[in-house]
Amino acid sequence: MSITQTETVPIVTTATARERLQGWLPRLVLAPSFAAVLLFVYGFILFTFYLSFTNSKILPNFTFVGLQNYEKLFAAPNWWTALSNLAIFGGLYIVICTIVGLGLAILLDQKIRGEGLLRPIYLYPMALSFIVTGTAWKWFLDPGIGVETIVRSWGFETFTFDWIKNNDMAIYTVVIAAVWQSSGFVMAMFLAGLRGIDNEILKAAQIDGASNFQLYRRIVIPLLKPAFLSAFVVLAHLAIKSYDLVVALTNGGPGRATELPATFMYSYTFTRNQMGIGASSAVIMLVMIASVIVPYIYAEVKGGQSNGR
Amino acid sequence: MAVSSPDTAVRTGRVTRALIYALLIVFAVYYLLPFYVMVVNSFKPLDEIRGGAMLALPKLFTVEPWLTAWNSAQIGVSPTGLSPYFINSILMVVPAVALSTVFGAINGYVLTKWRFPGHDIVFGMMLLACFIPFQIVLIPMARILGLVGLAGSTPGLVMVHVVYGIGFTTLFFRNYYEAFPTELVKAAQIDGASFWQIFFRILLPSSGPIIVVTVIWQFTNVWNDFLFGASFGDFDSMPMTVALNNLVSSSTGVKEYNVHFAGAIMAALPTLVVYIVSGRYFVRGLMAGAVKG
Repeated sequence: MSITQTETVPIVTTATARERLQGWLPRLVLAPSFAAVLLFVYGFILFTFYLSFTNSKILPNFTFVGLQNYEKLFAAPNWWTALSNLAIFGGLYIVICTIVGLGLAILLDQKIRGEGLLRPIYLYPMALSFIVTGTAWKWFLDPGIGVETIVRSWGFETFTFDWIKNNDMAIYTVVIAAVWQSSGFVMAMFLAGLRGIDNEILKAAQIDGASNFQLYRRIVIPLLKPAFLSAFVVLAHLAIKSYDLVVALTNGGPGRATELPATFMYSYTFTRNQMGIGASSAVIMLVMIASVIVPYIYAEVKGGQSNGR
Repeated sequence: MAVSSPDTAVRTGRVTRALIYALLIVFAVYYLLPFYVMVVNSFKPLDEIRGGAMLALPKLFTVEPWLTAWNSAQIGVSPTGLSPYFINSILMVVPAVALSTVFGAINGYVLTKWRFPGHDIVFGMMLLACFIPFQIVLIPMARILGLVGLAGSTPGLVMVHVVYGIGFTTLFFRNYYEAFPTELVKAAQIDGASFWQIFFRILLPSSGPIIVVTVIWQFTNVWNDFLFGASFGDFDSMPMTVALNNLVSSSTGVKEYNVHFAGAIMAALPTLVVYIVSGRYFVRGLMAGAVKG
């Protein structure tokens, strides 16, 4: 009796061990990814947050200096330039992309022959790197060889278009290139929204005598509210993150005329050796993005649950 | 995006229709113009561009700018052309895309078919990670890469792209597997199929479309990345985007616009080819990344 018991006990434990392993396997499989996200995303955010309260210069350093970096940051004229540029750039980028995207989507939705050809043409810039976009527009807008020279060669000798070299206007060239890159994508979002609208509603409104303009103004555009919201969130977060395009197009210049928070953060941290201030500017960028993204994701998740998901 | 099945109730007159087509074509020209400029000028000798004929077709057709951009253009300190950096980009993109896709598939599988208490919190945290401005992780990442000896190397860049790509790949697979019938998984479990058997025999065979979407999304993002490449790459690992920017923004010597345009097309070509070959999946990825659920 005692012999059989000693024989069965180990078998039972191995079975439960294996079962237990099976039960834990899914979590074990997920663990490396989750650990990586915890460390490299949330851990790093905390680390940068901490650095923003230290007097780190060329290397991280752990002398606590309180809010000094934030005070210096908001006393720096460059940071205010970056913020006001972001307001100009972000505002125009979001508004123009939305108008162009919505307009193109509505036009494309009129049973257009050749839609299959036009749609990919509107969208392809989204596949390109911002560095490529920046290079193309940098020389196309360059007064020495680009638009200005071309129009002059058509006989308009006094035509001037030097925005990219002009301190006051350079930020608008960033808008031109960024709208070129992203508006087709916004068009795709609105087109998907338009195709989801039930035609019966539109037909009913038409029977009631609504004009085309009223139809869109009163019925279609209100129904596109979710697409407007998604477009806004995507564009706002792209605007705040904008870095590559400015680097390639103007490299923040002329002077500091096209400085944005992302270029500010990079130059303060890696070339000016003001890591503490760089970290505090990164924290501000995170706060800006979070204030756009978190409510959106929260609403999406909540909305999904109430729909019985 | 929906395949065109437009049965719009809106009726339009002939003049309006002509106007609509005109507008649509004007915008097509606007989107095509910069690319047209890059292509025609990359085949011109430099003095033709300087003469103000940027929109004209080349009078003297030459492939010299392309050869220069590829073989001998000055990138930083060495006249190597863009070819070594093109190869760097490929060496970085292939493992980064493969690894992040594999992780995304497994995570999506666990998060939908093997739920555990707190699975939604785990997913929420991974989802939020997709949207952070990467400036917030640059400083600690530079430190860690230095500490583990991966600073300035291609494996280091691969690791960075995998880590920050997992959020999106998990999102894609999770949403796809969410719609996959759980009954099939339950039935297989009753038949004694293991965790991995269910994944490889049941889910993976029907994951074709989402794998394509994820691979295209990751390929485009990693290939087009500039910030990580500029921050963590050095001369042996610098990706194509960073090398192109060095070429174009170098302030020394004559500005060889034709070479810059040829280089820009080289940097654009891989993602452009992917887009042309599989545009439908590309758009699906964009939409899935933008509109959760």
